Amino acid sequence: MDFISILSIFVMACFVGYYVVWSVTPALHTPLMAVTNAISSVIIVGALIAAAAGSQADGGQTAKWLGLVGVVLASVNIFGGFAVTERMLAMYKKKERK
Amino acid sequence: MRRALIGASALLFSTPAMAASGEAVNPWVATAYLVAGVLFILALRGLSSPETSRAGNRYGMVGMLIAVVTTLLTHSIASLPEIGVAILIGGSIGFIMARKIAMTDMPQLVAGFHSLVGMAAVLVGIAAYLNPGAFGILDAAGEILVVSRVELGLGVAIGAITFSGSVIAFLKLNGNMSGAPIMLPGRHVLNLGVLVAIIGLTAYFAIAPTVGTGPIFWTIVGLSFAIGFLLIIPIGGADMPVVVSMLNSYSGWAAAAMGFTLGNTAMIITGALVGSSGAILSYIMCKAMNRSFISVIAGGFGAESGPSDGAERIDRPYKRGSAEDAAYMMKQAESVIIIPGYGMAVAQAQHALREMGDMLKEEGVSVKYAIHPVAGRMPGHMNVLLAEANVPYDEVFELEDINSEFAQADVAFIIGANDVVNPAAKTDKTSPIYGMPVFDVEKAKTVFFIKRSMGGVGYAGVDNEVFYMDQTMMLLSDAKKMCEEIVKAL
Repeated sequence: MDFISILSIFVMACFVGYYVVWSVTPALHTPLMAVTNAISSVIIVGALIAAAAGSQADGGQTAKWLGLVGVVLASVNIFGGFAVTERMLAMYKKKERK
Repeated sequence: MRRALIGASALLFSTPAMAASGEAVNPWVATAYLVAGVLFILALRGLSSPETSRAGNRYGMVGMLIAVVTTLLTHSIASLPEIGVAILIGGSIGFIMARKIAMTDMPQLVAGFHSLVGMAAVLVGIAAYLNPGAFGILDAAGEILVVSRVELGLGVAIGAITFSGSVIAFLKLNGNMSGAPIMLPGRHVLNLGVLVAIIGLTAYFAIAPTVGTGPIFWTIVGLSFAIGFLLIIPIGGADMPVVVSMLNSYSGWAAAAMGFTLGNTAMIITGALVGSSGAILSYIMCKAMNRSFISVIAGGFGAESGPSDGAERIDRPYKRGSAEDAAYMMKQAESVIIIPGYGMAVAQAQHALREMGDMLKEEGVSVKYAIHPVAGRMPGHMNVLLAEANVPYDEVFELEDINSEFAQADVAFIIGANDVVNPAAKTDKTSPIYGMPVFDVEKAKTVFFIKRSMGGVGYAGVDNEVFYMDQTMMLLSDAKKMCEEIVKAL
C-alpha cells in the first residue's frame, strides 16, 4: 500500500478511537487499559515476520532471534492481557433484584 | 457489517494494492488484517457497558487470532517449531501471571505489560533494520526506503521510551523504588536536549546512505531508552495514573509506527485505537486533578510536604471515634456514602468493607459508593477492587453523579482517601490541589474518616480541614481492621 492510503487509515482510526474510547464507562477504565495492552501486542505480526524470514540475508539470523524474543514478549502480553481482562470483567456484577 | 466488509474488499481489489517494495499484496490478506482491526474496534466498543464487555473481549481475542494466523499462512516460515515454542513460553507466562495477580497489583501488572510491548516494538524495529528485505522495505537499489527509515526511527524511539518508562513506573508502583520524585539538576534542559537529539538523528538516519547508518540507528535506540528513564523518575506516586495512561498511549503509537513500516492495517488501526485511548485517559486524569499534562510530565509533585505544617497540625483538636460509635451511627442512618481511596487498596480492605456495606443494607440503610477519577494508582482501579469484593456496579457512582447527594446523606464514610475530600481544593487558592474537583463530604451530617494516624497527609502533602470539623469522627486504625471491627459491632 502506498503511504497516503496507510496514512488515511491511520487518521480515520484515530477518530474512531477517540469516539469509541469516550463512550467507555469510567468504571471499566482499568479493563480498558488491560485490553488495549493486549491488542497493542498485534506487534507480534512484525516479530513473526522477522522470526519466519530466517537467514536469507545478512543479519537475517540475528533478526530471526530478535523476532523470536519479540514473539515471546508479545505472547506474554496477548495471553496475559486478554486473560486478566476476562478475569476482571467476570467480577462486574449487577445488583440481585429481589 | 458484512456489507461494509465486502465493500472494503472490493476497494482493495480495484486499487492495485502494492507493497512498498513493489511486490503485489494478496487482497484477501489485506482484508483479513482489516477484519482483525475492526474486531479490535469492537473490543473497545464492548466496554461501553459491563454487560457487553465480555463479548467485546472475545472479539479482541478473535481479532488477534486472525492477525497471527494470517501472518503465519502468508509468509514462508523457515522456523515454525521455534515460533511455536516462543508463543508457548510467552503465552504460559502471561496466562499464569494473569491468573495469579492480586487485583490491588493491577497497576504494576499493566505497567509491566506496557514495557513488554515497548521492548517488542524495539526488537521488531531492529530486526527490520537488520533484515529489511524480509519486511519489504527496500527500494530498487537495495537501500531502505526513506519513508520506512523515518517510521523505523520513530518506532524504535517510541518503543524504547515506552519500555524504560514503564520499567520505572513498574518499580515505583511495585514498591521496589521509592514513589518520591527523583529530581536531577538541570533535568528539563537535559531532557529537551536528548529529545532534540533523537529527532535530529532520526532525520539524519532518513537521508544518510544506508551503508554506515548503523551508529546513528543504535544511538537513537540508546538515547530513547535513556529519555524514557529520565522522563519518569521525577514523577511522584500520586501522578502515576497519568503516567500509566501516557505509557499506554505510547505503546499504541509504537505499534502504529511499526504498522506503517509493514503496511499492515491491523497494526495501524490498533495503534491508533490504543494511542488515542491512552491519550484520553491521561486527559481525564489530568482534568480530575486540575493539573496540566505538561506540569505532570515536568514532575516533582508531592515532593514539597514541609515539616513546618506538621507541628501546626498536631495542636489542632479533633474527635476520635471507635468502631462501636461508627457502627451505632451508621445503623441509625438512612443513607451512607462510602468513599474509597488508595489506602483501601493498600490495606486490602475491600472485602471487609463490602461485608460492612451488606450488613448496613440488611438494616435498611441505603449504601452507595463514590469513586473519584484519580482514586488509586490507575484509572478505574477502585471500581475493579469493589467489583472483586462483589459490590454490584450499579451501587458505585462517579464524582459528578453523586456529589449533589452529600447534602442529604447522613454519613460520609471515607476509607483510605484524603486529597479527593479536601475542601481546600475549593477554597484555598494557595493549596497545591486548588481547583481539583472534590467530594462535598463536609455537607454530610456525620463524617467518619478512617486513617492510620493523624501524622500522615495525602500525597499532595496538604492538611485537610475535614479532620477537625465538628461532625467528623476520626477512626484511627488500619482500614481493614477497622471495617472488621465495625462489622463485629453491627
